[in-house]
Amino acid sequence: MTSLATALPDTPRRISRRELFLGFLFVGLRGFGGVLPWARQMIIEERHWLTEEEFVELYSLCNLLPGPNIVNVSIALGARFQGWPGSVAAFTGLMTAPMVIVLTLGALYEHYRALPELGPLLHNLSAAAAGLVLSAGFKMAKPQWKKPLAVVIALLAFTGVGLLHWSLVWVVLALVPASLLLHRSLKQ
Amino acid sequence: MKLDPLGTLAFNFALLSLVAVGGANAVVPEMHRLAVDTYAWMPDKEFADLFAISSAAPGPNVLIVALIGFKVAGVLGALVATIAMCGPSSLLSYTVSRFWQRSRGAAWQGFIRRSLAPITIGLVIASGWVLAQAADTDWLGIVITLVTVAVLMTSKLNPLWLFGVAGLLGLVGIG
Repeated sequence: MTSLATALPDTPRRISRRELFLGFLFVGLRGFGGVLPWARQMIIEERHWLTEEEFVELYSLCNLLPGPNIVNVSIALGARFQGWPGSVAAFTGLMTAPMVIVLTLGALYEHYRALPELGPLLHNLSAAAAGLVLSAGFKMAKPQWKKPLAVVIALLAFTGVGLLHWSLVWVVLALVPASLLLHRSLKQ
Repeated sequence: MKLDPLGTLAFNFALLSLVAVGGANAVVPEMHRLAVDTYAWMPDKEFADLFAISSAAPGPNVLIVALIGFKVAGVLGALVATIAMCGPSSLLSYTVSRFWQRSRGAAWQGFIRRSLAPITIGLVIASGWVLAQAADTDWLGIVITLVTVAVLMTSKLNPLWLFGVAGLLGLVGIG
């Protein structure tokens, strides 16, 4: 399976609007506890649209821009393969099914409020979701293990947001220029 | 002064769209302020419940916005709020990503990528950590999280299988 991924050419093959819509449709439908890990799974491991490093680059860019990150990923990836119609296809694919589901749940909530039977189910699903997000982060970290500066910066971001619960906006605003400067001085 | 509820939704979420650096979860406190304090669309407990629903349901976390819009003005409110929240930021990402793609291969891109990637990785692991803290309130939760990480790191198993097993355990009352 890995040989297939490495054998792919560097330039992106043409992904049709239909593929974009369907790919993101299934991502949206599976996206329990955050969509990023499922998007990563679909884009890299199932459909081989991007390599791990291309995905980290795209996601980093989308993470830096304001707005819902995964929506930005759908817009940017759609634009990359099919221009703005591709963005529309990927975005509608991503949002349609979850929108219908969440509004149905919202309407049910209005009537039934909290069902006690759902407690253990939601508890277990959210525990698995946490593991899924963590493993996605660890996999993205793999190509960076041997770069000391990258490890230090990743640890700082993790500590600020994850352990100290600092505002993500300030952590990002502080770390982006710091990382750019440090990487620049490392080069010289 | 009586404001059109759809206009109020559109205006506020379009503004939020452009300050949501780091995604929807970063602006949840601001959404809470709008929905509970400023416009009194719902009480505190209901906001918390809607957030839990949007987190547990499949799809992007931004759908908390759809639920707020739904509460205020029905299905149309949900659509208006979601499009307002995604629109301005999407236009920006479209423009920036096109520019980024066009100058592909430029040395500054590799430099920016190398500088940003570790921040992204740290933030993703932090999200997982925060989710784990919320979910793993007992030994079973911790075990489920650890097993999920171990299986996904060492195999190519589709994560949906792990969700299936975890969900089944919950349905038979283990959870």
